[in-house]
Amino acid sequence: MSLDKNDFLHLCRLSRLAPDPAVQEEMAQQCSSILAYMDKLAEVDTTGVEPLYSPVIHECAFRDDTAVRRCDRADILAGAPATDGAFFIVPRIVEGK
Amino acid sequence: MSEIFELSLCETRDAIKEGKLSAEEATAACLSRINETEPKINALLARRDEEALEQARAMDRERPADLSDKPLWGVPVTVKDVLATKGMPTTAASKILEGFLSPYDALVVERLKKAGAIILGKNNMDEFAMGSTTEHSAYKVTANPWDVTRVPGGSSGGSAASVAACQCFASLGSDTGGSIRQPASLCGCVGIKPTYGRVSRYGLLAYASSFDQVGPLTRTVEDAAAVLQVIAGHDERDSTSSPVDVPDYHAAMTAQADLSGLTLGMPREFFGHEGLDKGVADACKNAVETAKSLGAKVVEVSLPHTEYSIASYYILAAAEASSNLARYDGVRYGHRTAEPRNLEDMYTSSRTEGFGPEVQRRILLGSYVLSAGYYDAYYRKAAQVRRLIRQDYLDALKTCDMILAPVSPVPAWQMGHMSDDPLQMYFMDIFTLSLNLAGLPGLSIPVGSSNGLPVGIQLMGRAFDEGTLFLAGDKLTRALCTHNQHAPM
Repeated sequence: MSLDKNDFLHLCRLSRLAPDPAVQEEMAQQCSSILAYMDKLAEVDTTGVEPLYSPVIHECAFRDDTAVRRCDRADILAGAPATDGAFFIVPRIVEGK
Repeated sequence: MSEIFELSLCETRDAIKEGKLSAEEATAACLSRINETEPKINALLARRDEEALEQARAMDRERPADLSDKPLWGVPVTVKDVLATKGMPTTAASKILEGFLSPYDALVVERLKKAGAIILGKNNMDEFAMGSTTEHSAYKVTANPWDVTRVPGGSSGGSAASVAACQCFASLGSDTGGSIRQPASLCGCVGIKPTYGRVSRYGLLAYASSFDQVGPLTRTVEDAAAVLQVIAGHDERDSTSSPVDVPDYHAAMTAQADLSGLTLGMPREFFGHEGLDKGVADACKNAVETAKSLGAKVVEVSLPHTEYSIASYYILAAAEASSNLARYDGVRYGHRTAEPRNLEDMYTSSRTEGFGPEVQRRILLGSYVLSAGYYDAYYRKAAQVRRLIRQDYLDALKTCDMILAPVSPVPAWQMGHMSDDPLQMYFMDIFTLSLNLAGLPGLSIPVGSSNGLPVGIQLMGRAFDEGTLFLAGDKLTRALCTHNQHAPM
């Protein structure tokens, strides 16, 4: 599998990444080489094989969906880049007033 | 007479318990050792020297008469920086979390503290645990204490280097594709990746959630068993945490004096691998002969899908990483770009500035294999192959009690040697990835050396049967005189 420039830029957009144009070509080339190697899996006959997405062999542990306060709001907000003391603050989403 | 820092964790624990050593003396010995070795190996990202000493003094003053529920009382340890540690920097060696102080403790950190351990600092690692050399840290490059021009392995390279240099008596690492076992092997220490679900992942910064497991790195097998005893067990905050009871690992380890009655399987695909270094192969064969002399029966087994493990793992792990790392968006914690034009620019610029190249590469690959049109060909296919790989292990473990194999195809290599070619680096994980795909436990133990560099083997077992691995690992390391070894620094 080879990634052309448009494919690579599309992937960057999906990933919310914008690598420096100076390294884009090298990165695209590295990703292409890795994906070409992944094509090796086509050699394996997986007809009728159920995918294994998790190795958990017991039933996942469930518990009551009860709200528990594990941290104070102030402690959580302390790590945020911008807050108003009660909420996380992000750039304006809706244009206008 | 050994220096304090050369004692094993269990010797230290016992000496403190018997009043022959104070927590302050143990802590001071490790801090002095850190001051001496850290300029050469760069194993730590954060330290708390004064607080640790003060904590040790307070523990000596307030020592309870009964320490039975404090199995690590006064024992200095370190933890990989991928584990949330309250009030300490927790960065996963990434610029995106520079300056972040965790508001809570990971379950494993909570249990270490409850057991009386003293946390000295946070270990360097490959950024978000993506790497096999610890050269992919955003902050510093850790050196192998056996030869400081070489890598310590990774991603838990800081943990392995700290343990091998006697900066601490144990460190917690994490293993997604070999990240405990491989650095343990390259630094001549012991490391166990527990069965998936054995140890809670609560507070472990997620890389690939269906692979990640926390486990200890130590200088003896007995020490690894003692630490796993503390951190293993069900936790309601991790839905994949197993409800299976935790056995007494020390009792399992000492259940018999030799290896009689045990059958060890040697996978022909590992020992016949063209990239296997002769020195590593010879050390493994010597370990096999030693196992036989201790009464074990050795048989050949086959893991026929081994050659597909790299492709399967790197597709699935990248897919999980691209999803897990979506949370780093500059909103709730971590780096935010200065003066973003709008919300999307804030996400994109914050992530691009914060993540290093290997992390970005894996996110991009993960986005690719999960995207429409490629999902079936890559992600689903890799998950199907994952089932076949696990079945290989289950079949092999019907004919033996554990599988014995090399950990890394070669001993520690020179820094910078492979940093330009990510695919070449992925190939170095050939012997460790498949165990994570299968979710089974693996214990890496030192068994000898090749040109003066440590060589380890891994003992891979049945689900939740870590005890039998400890039994075999303890007997083998004692017979091979690699029990409680450390780097000659």
